[in-house]
Amino acid sequence: MAIRSLASRRTLAGLKETSSRLLGLRSIQTFTLPDLPYDYSALEPAISGEIMQIHHQKHHQAYVTNYNNALEQLDQAVNKGDASTVVKLQSAIKFNGGGHVNHSIFWKNLAPVKEGGGEPPKGALGGAIDTHFGSLEGLVKKMSAEGAALQGSGWVWLGLDKELKTLVVDTTANQDPLVTKGGSLVPLVGIDVWEHAYYLQYKNVRPEYLKNVWKVINWKYASEVYEKECK
Amino acid sequence: MAASSAVTADYVLKPPPYSLDALEPHMSRQTLEFHWGKHHRAYVDNLKKQVLGSELEGKTLDHIILNTYNNGDLLHAFNNAAQAWNHEFFWESMKPGGGGKPSGELLALLERDFTSYEKFYDEFNAAAATQFGAGWAWLAYADNKLKVMKTPNAVNPLVLGSFPLLTIDVWEHAYYLDFQQNRRPDYIKTFMNNLVSWEAVSSRLHAAKAASSSSA
Repeated sequence: MAIRSLASRRTLAGLKETSSRLLGLRSIQTFTLPDLPYDYSALEPAISGEIMQIHHQKHHQAYVTNYNNALEQLDQAVNKGDASTVVKLQSAIKFNGGGHVNHSIFWKNLAPVKEGGGEPPKGALGGAIDTHFGSLEGLVKKMSAEGAALQGSGWVWLGLDKELKTLVVDTTANQDPLVTKGGSLVPLVGIDVWEHAYYLQYKNVRPEYLKNVWKVINWKYASEVYEKECK
Repeated sequence: MAASSAVTADYVLKPPPYSLDALEPHMSRQTLEFHWGKHHRAYVDNLKKQVLGSELEGKTLDHIILNTYNNGDLLHAFNNAAQAWNHEFFWESMKPGGGGKPSGELLALLERDFTSYEKFYDEFNAAAATQFGAGWAWLAYADNKLKVMKTPNAVNPLVLGSFPLLTIDVWEHAYYLDFQQNRRPDYIKTFMNNLVSWEAVSSRLHAAKAASSSSA
């Protein structure tokens, strides 16, 4: 288990909430870095332990910290009726909140091989993939191509369109969550193609990262989400 | 506006004006080997392939960039062309033993337009630090004034009506090997304190002023 002691953070958050309640103030919900359900090195050799640790402890943590800061500032601006500050904060909220949302999904999208990472999806999702993309290989090829072609930073997604009941492949820029491409889109699998997701191991060869990441994709989790949304 | 630029048009991977290890310890040989040798090279090679047989073939980089920007709705060759241009401009924005405060006319202009070198430093630093995702921060010249800009991905001041004078690459590949653990702020400070070639900035400023007055 990746060791993250959240005890001190929880205590501080608890004290803050108590004091806010005593003062009769509405306190905002802040966020903490979720634990990974596996060790940093558990996804090797597909993704190095070094990358996993930095990605989780530095990048995702920074999104959480900055998201919380932006939310505090937003709360104050809303309470003061400061409309222009509220609007000005939107890009920091979208970027950092999106970063937290996306990475929280990403850690669940990955699993060590010995816990099913890389095992093809069965059941309803497996069938839907065959229907929409011909085969799992077809889907993988499409997502890898779109991920490789993405300019700059962003994500490549397999999503479910809840309304149309179809699977879609799409990309988002920077830390935009999939829902920014369509309100009815539910992310099933997201692959981070920011350089920080692969650079220390794969350097500039993003296609090589995309080839290998499929070996640790957690299709069990994607299937659970799919089946839940399809009920 | 006539685009004034020292960057050549032949889609050549020009080497930096110093050896790949000359910027150490501030920017490692390893970074230059990947950043120039792989990333920059790929933009040039891919541009050549993209442009072959099209109406852009044989056109200067500046021409391609200005004609494929399309008000932000980027056309196909923009990314490779702009990134080829940006990277050549970036290598020439640095020199061994560079950085620190400029002097003479450049310092006077920075003080005029930012009130002090320190204010310029802070503004440039902030722009580079807060460019979300991939992009660049710039010192640029327009309407007779110096200004700091930040742009996403491959966008550069040429398409925004300004003359670029100095740039720092803030794509993660620019600093990820040397400033491990996501330390972009340290990379920016190192660039400002140890790498900036004010000589290059000066000569670009002269070219920009000449181009402005000739098209006035």
